Amino acid sequence: MSSTAVTPPPKKTNRIGLETQVYRGSKTTLCAGCGHNAISERIIDAFYEMGVDPRRVAKLSGIGCSSKSPAYFLGSSHGFNAVHGRMPSVATGALLANRDLLGIGVSGDGDTGAIGIGQFVHLMRRNLPLIYIIEDNGCYGLTKGQFSPTADVGSKLKNGVVNDLPPIDTCALAIELGATFVARSFSGDKKQLLAILKAAIGHRGTCMIDVLSPCVTFNDHEGSTKSYAYAKDHDEPLGSFNFVPFFEDISVEYEPGTTVEVTLHDGSRLLLHKVDGGFDPTSKMDALRVLHESAARGEFATGVLYVEPNKPDFVTVLNVVDEPLASLPLEKLRPPKAALDEIMASLT
Amino acid sequence: MATDLQVAPHAEVPASQRIINDFSIQVATVNGSGSQTANLVLLRSIFQMGVPVSGKNLFPSNIAGLPTWYTIRASRHGYIARKKEIDFLVAMNPETAREDVLALEPGRAVVYDEPLKLNALRDDLVFYPVPFDKLVVEVTRDAKLRRLVRNMIYDGVLARLLNIDLQEMERALGKQLARKAKALVLNKGALELGFKHTDEHLEKRDPFYLEPMNETGGMVLIEGNAAAALGCMMAGVTMVAWYPITPSSSLCETLIDYLRKYRMDKETGKATFAVIQAEDEIAALGMVLGAGWAGARAMTSTSGPGISLMAEFSGLAYYAEIPAVIFDIQRVGPSTGLPTRTAQGDVAFCAALSHGDTKHLLMLPATVEECYTMAMDAFDLAERFQTPVFVLSDLDLGMNNWMARPFSYPDRPIDRGKVLTEETLARIGEWGRYKDVDGDGIPYRTLPGQWGPGFFTRGSGHNAKAQYTERPDDYTRNMDRLARKFETARGHVPKPVVDMRDGAAIGIIAYGSSHVAVEESRDQLAAEANVQTSYLRLRAFPFTPELGTFIDRHDRVYVVEQNRDAQMVMLMRQELSAARIAKLRSVLHYNGLPVDARSVTDGILVQEGLKGEAQPETPRENVVSMVGGE
Ligand SMILES: Cc1ncc(C[n+]2csc(CCOP(=O)(O)OP(=O)(O)O)c2C)c(N)n1
Ligand code: SF4
Repeated sequence: MSSTAVTPPPKKTNRIGLETQVYRGSKTTLCAGCGHNAISERIIDAFYEMGVDPRRVAKLSGIGCSSKSPAYFLGSSHGFNAVHGRMPSVATGALLANRDLLGIGVSGDGDTGAIGIGQFVHLMRRNLPLIYIIEDNGCYGLTKGQFSPTADVGSKLKNGVVNDLPPIDTCALAIELGATFVARSFSGDKKQLLAILKAAIGHRGTCMIDVLSPCVTFNDHEGSTKSYAYAKDHDEPLGSFNFVPFFEDISVEYEPGTTVEVTLHDGSRLLLHKVDGGFDPTSKMDALRVLHESAARGEFATGVLYVEPNKPDFVTVLNVVDEPLASLPLEKLRPPKAALDEIMASLT
Repeated sequence: MATDLQVAPHAEVPASQRIINDFSIQVATVNGSGSQTANLVLLRSIFQMGVPVSGKNLFPSNIAGLPTWYTIRASRHGYIARKKEIDFLVAMNPETAREDVLALEPGRAVVYDEPLKLNALRDDLVFYPVPFDKLVVEVTRDAKLRRLVRNMIYDGVLARLLNIDLQEMERALGKQLARKAKALVLNKGALELGFKHTDEHLEKRDPFYLEPMNETGGMVLIEGNAAAALGCMMAGVTMVAWYPITPSSSLCETLIDYLRKYRMDKETGKATFAVIQAEDEIAALGMVLGAGWAGARAMTSTSGPGISLMAEFSGLAYYAEIPAVIFDIQRVGPSTGLPTRTAQGDVAFCAALSHGDTKHLLMLPATVEECYTMAMDAFDLAERFQTPVFVLSDLDLGMNNWMARPFSYPDRPIDRGKVLTEETLARIGEWGRYKDVDGDGIPYRTLPGQWGPGFFTRGSGHNAKAQYTERPDDYTRNMDRLARKFETARGHVPKPVVDMRDGAAIGIIAYGSSHVAVEESRDQLAAEANVQTSYLRLRAFPFTPELGTFIDRHDRVYVVEQNRDAQMVMLMRQELSAARIAKLRSVLHYNGLPVDARSVTDGILVQEGLKGEAQPETPRENVVSMVGGE
């Protein structure tokens, strides 16, 4: 009898030789079907496909079902589940302490829009290099379904309570305040969400991504404007776009005048094909107009809404040394005795 | 000093009755009138004469217009606590002049703005009228500038009356206005004019004189907040997040100045630090935690209201074991009223700040030197124990100028605590973020983006491997380890300073800025009532064994604090045996003014039955004694 040696098929790896498994986290404890789980999957795909080393990633979150999700992706990265609504400040400290970190923050619409709106506002102003994702279900999942500040007027809770206050549009707010990459997507739109996340990895500055992410347990019923069914019916993609990572040499053909091409910080390119030739995602006014117009129609515009690739990020503005502050040696941290003597002499 | 001075208000005091280098001066002005320069010049020139001196700014919560008092005390004995009695008043503020004059003891002196006619109020004081408005016209024709240099005239008047060398004053002025040539000329003019006017028109009739001494040579004058800032820089701070609040702001503002001058990288011109003025104190502490988690030496500075906002994050830092240094420059209670007055009112709050079972390390600096050294200690302890460390200073210590020997350069490297290295991992075999490998309760941490395995940081629900858990035994085990870690810290925090007197039945315990008053009070107790006392000065929480031993050695122990509820005694009650607690008495001072020796002395003598109940002496003063013990 002869035996044939069986070589196992080679494991699929990414650009830096890592398997997709490395990008997974612990098993989710969220409800089956929760939009947040789909977003975690896309984050795994995006970091895998972009070939990001998980050891240089810092995951940050506030409190909520959404904020639990960083435990469910990039299990080998450091993660920090902070307190409710305050992830932006923790992210700010961490990313300043080590400027080489790639920060990804996950928040909820309550975590951001209610208790955390103050920190959100100031984060956007600072343009901290951070991917900030709002997993937006229009309600508080973890405290069992109360309305959040992104709930639409007229949207109904399971128990029949109707929301009568206008929603906060976190994308419009982010654009207004100074975020340099602003997008909206839907957890059910795999392709678009993945492309947005990959582009966000290539950008340096605050990437504010609001992702409609239905709560199957508390806000997925008839009468809710954040249900799967409603989202599918009212999603208005802004037009198709191509993301070309810096490590791929692909040329994309397009008719002159139909496409806006943006080169991101890491050299990746974003090619945004205009709808009706009207919308320019490098224009704040265009972005705000699109958001208002689609909201007025009762729809929600998705896609990359605004990109400003060259604005200096917060770490650059603060003129911090190139080496991470966290690993500076004592010689760089403690001025010499002459400095102390000089100060003392000035006080005699 | 006797309270009823025998002075003839109309003749020069004979040499035998002169009071030399032992009196207080109070300048009453209007906030925002530029009196700060004049007051600091006065302070500094006495200091330059070699006379021990201290200065206290009593200012309102206001930018301009409300009354403010600056008190300078010259003391040949070296006492630098606030002196309760005012000996020499400079009454520049019409609004408070009457009350200020009426509060004086007989025999004291008053320099006043002539039109106020204060001499009509009393005939047992020495009055010196000075026509400030008339004089200032000679200094400058610019009405705006006149307002600013007007106060410098009283420095000239005092120089002549108190016998301060005018050259010393000009030197002090030069130091104060080093970079403002034009202002210097004007102020010099005002100074000289005040001196000349006094020389020509006023006759010295009060008993207060200054004479050069040799007690301040080589010393510096520095505010506690500046000293703390210096300590932070020398500790290698890399991240500062703060939100402005009096009396804490000057700590971060001074630190920023120092960092910009001494911590820019020589080759690149870039900063070896990041400073953020945060949107509030919640964010400030959040940033500090994020930075501490990622391996920076991070700090914030605030006062009571900010501490209140930091409660939730402080608890998270305790549970998640993240280093943070938090300065609390304490002030009086919430909201408007006395936010610019001093207190030691945050002690109990900080010790247990947050919900759940939390206990924090407290540093209790009493002097500017300790503001400097304890800033460095705080960073080392925060990283060693991976926990928040609160440094409790106060307005009096933080914002006033104090004499000190020049600070010494740190003689040890910084302690970055237990960060996992490859060698440690090889030694310990298996790593878990919250695993107690060494039996001291302190686990090894890894830093994001640096060598070592990642982990997920959470508040309460984690096991030794930082995995999510809600198991009762995991929680209990972790809480017990945190308690063990706190016990280890007990052996590493600054120990109390103890002065044990043989045979003394009475012990005194104090901490922070109460220290200087207690030192003086001990001399008063000995001199006036022949009461000998031992003294233990607490320098940190948790308490160390010295505290119990000290209490055991005495029959009665007085704990001096600047709050109403005896907050340090509250903490002692949690840790000490009933027998020890039964020996404790409190002397409490909480009127917004720094505690003075007289209040401490009277508070003890009354409780010892050696003196009748103390009476509040002026409307601005209040002394309360409370008996502690079961
Ligand atoms: C200071 C504080 N207040 C309230 C809560 C209770 N709480 C936990 S999660 C949550 C709301 C979360 O809603 P959202 O951010 O929308 O996240 P979701 O659960 O819907 O994903 C609240 C109010 C808390 N944890 N902390
Ligand atoms: S409650 Fe809602 S938001 Fe929370 S996990 Fe379940 S589906 Fe998701």
